[in-house]
Amino acid sequence: MSGPIETTDVLVIGSGPGGAIPAYRLAAAGAKVVILERGPWLETREFTHDLRIDTYTRIIDYITGNGVSVVAGNCVGGSSVVYFAGALRAPTFVFDRRDTAGDRIWPKDVTRSALDPWYDLVEETLPVAQQTWDDVPYPGGVWAAACHNAGHTCNPVPVAVDLAECTNCNWMLNGCRFGAKRSMLLNYLPAAVAHGAEIRPLHEVQSISRALTTGYRYAVDYMTVDEGDYRVSDGGGRIEAKIVVVAAGAMATPVLLQRSSPFLGNLPSAVGRYFSPNGDRVSMALMDERKVHSVLGLERKPGVAYDAFPIGKPIGSMTYDFLDGARRAGERYGLQQIYFPTITNILPEATPGGDWFGPAKKHLTDRWRSWLTILAMCEDGNEGTFGSPPPTGAFIRADSAAAVTTLSYQPTNATLRAWASSDAAVKKIIEKDGVGEHLGWTATRNYLSAHPLSSCRIGDDAATSACEPSHQLRGHPGLYVTDGSSVPTSLCVNPSLTIAALAERASRSIVKQAGALGVRVNTGQTPPPGSGSLRRPR
Amino acid sequence: MDLNRRELLWLAAIGMAGVPAVAYATAPEPPDPIGFTGTDPVALLGTTSDPETLTIEAVADTLIPGEKRFESDVAIAGAARGAGAVQAGAMEFMRFHGTGVGAVLPVFATAVNSAAVSYAAQHGVVPDPTLPPFVGFDYHHRKAMLDGLLNTGNGEEQLIWFALAGLVFLAYHTAGYLSTAEAVRQGHPGLKAIGFPEPDRDGLWRFPTFSYRRKLAKPHPGTTKTGQPA
Repeated sequence: MSGPIETTDVLVIGSGPGGAIPAYRLAAAGAKVVILERGPWLETREFTHDLRIDTYTRIIDYITGNGVSVVAGNCVGGSSVVYFAGALRAPTFVFDRRDTAGDRIWPKDVTRSALDPWYDLVEETLPVAQQTWDDVPYPGGVWAAACHNAGHTCNPVPVAVDLAECTNCNWMLNGCRFGAKRSMLLNYLPAAVAHGAEIRPLHEVQSISRALTTGYRYAVDYMTVDEGDYRVSDGGGRIEAKIVVVAAGAMATPVLLQRSSPFLGNLPSAVGRYFSPNGDRVSMALMDERKVHSVLGLERKPGVAYDAFPIGKPIGSMTYDFLDGARRAGERYGLQQIYFPTITNILPEATPGGDWFGPAKKHLTDRWRSWLTILAMCEDGNEGTFGSPPPTGAFIRADSAAAVTTLSYQPTNATLRAWASSDAAVKKIIEKDGVGEHLGWTATRNYLSAHPLSSCRIGDDAATSACEPSHQLRGHPGLYVTDGSSVPTSLCVNPSLTIAALAERASRSIVKQAGALGVRVNTGQTPPPGSGSLRRPR
Repeated sequence: MDLNRRELLWLAAIGMAGVPAVAYATAPEPPDPIGFTGTDPVALLGTTSDPETLTIEAVADTLIPGEKRFESDVAIAGAARGAGAVQAGAMEFMRFHGTGVGAVLPVFATAVNSAAVSYAAQHGVVPDPTLPPFVGFDYHHRKAMLDGLLNTGNGEEQLIWFALAGLVFLAYHTAGYLSTAEAVRQGHPGLKAIGFPEPDRDGLWRFPTFSYRRKLAKPHPGTTKTGQPA
């Protein structure tokens, strides 16, 4: 490298909600912001409706650990591009959760009512839409009717989707081709760019160290990666910044900080510990078409009761009945109807406790259109721990989208009991009056999650939280963590709205602290980001 | 050979056990694959008589079984009616450049047959000596052997076998070596069997009719005015 070292006021690592929101707030306040993103930059028209393996894998990583496998986004906009847009506030009891010693896990200042204004802000900005029953696709309708039949309530799920533009195509995992899903590409990121922020895709940050330039606090080293093969680096560099916001995702942020430990020193012991896959537990039902009609009273066209698993937005309905703070810990969970693309069809068992491959499984998949998949989001014990970081990046990338992480996750008996409880609740709803047969997803011993959390969490207790309640990494002024890794516990709902609300809350704090960290900003309210579209520079 | 980490894991876990060199019967020219009428007859490609192809096809057929393509088909056991993973292009998917595992298929085949030799010894089974050991098993023993590797194996090795199984499922359930719109239009056997919907003429999916459009349950009484849990 030649010439002077590049500098910026604020360097943001990652462009998902945890990165895009602080990037916008700081840029709008007048700071010079650079965003480094590991993945490629795709525009709306480039998202595909395709399961050919070299298409969707450009923007999705499937990361295998010991005991858990995680799906995460890998592109500008991060997981907001590939997520299913369920936009739910965590229920009140989640913020009051206690650890096994009886101590509060969340910071005392972060409660549902304290976070509600930030939720309001995010809901307005994305924006979030309330689905009516007219908007709930057939699978969500079947789940709602089954819940009602079993004596439960069920709600249409609020979603970050422009319902007028949505075609109900069910290709959300590939990114939204119609610009209807309200990812970061349509709000915070274009607003950040409009205020001068610069996004650099295919830049994988490797470490953070001390800056050499006077007035700058941190130096961030990155490698650029080849767009055709993310395993290949074609360059690298260093940027020094006064403030660094780490939002590389819960699978990457702790690894990056671990690798930086020799340079930064004094890394909090909770970095890379307390990982939670949000207590995700997937199971499914094979619906009896005849009884869906005769018992649930459903008919979508003459003579067809359901037969519509692949139709519609992936998330339609959810029962809140078990999100009740009065229930015992471990027996509180959200039960949500959600579609899973056929890439996961290996996972269901063919009969309760039976084969997941062979003739019986083939017979089950012949009735794929009568499937109904249910996601239980439970209270788990934050049992995950990352091992020593790999030589580069967040994990060993075996192929374009297949990676191996050092994360180990072995659920405690309490977590296993929570899953058993949610399984029983789903089974009771599904099998009431024989409307369906409840089946597990048992093909792999690894638990599957699309909601990695807590690997660098905020809290009041320095022993069990890597970050202060302000999201500043303990002992490292000007270094903040604002992504899913900062969320202290599983949420019993889809986490994206909470991650975004916490990022908004943290951004206010970072803007307020910016002056003390040497960045001149306007500490007043910044304007709402509004809507826009993000154009990749040519 | 340029091996990536996953391939190294495979090699490390599987080892390089040899398979006895035997002569294999040559397969006749296969007829059109079941239910797949596309102009590019991809499902025909995996019907050569080399031991690697026979072995991987037999594994694929054990996971998602189908009916024999021709009378003397030894790779497919014929444990189910209709097209299985082989006809759905399991070999083509594994050899597709985007999948990235083509280079290690010989290692996989060797490992499968090595495991089959052990299984045969443990269970007193005598596989057909004219075929690769795994291919020489009937469906019952093929399935029992894979059950052992996939459901009771340990740690990394089990994950590796699961990865192989995953590729077979991706071939059948996603036609991962073809554009999905094209695969559906051509009647890809897996997508056809599961009832994957047809795209619009422009190759994109839209469902203008998607909802029962009825209130189907009472909302939770504690729901906030914006539809959120309390």
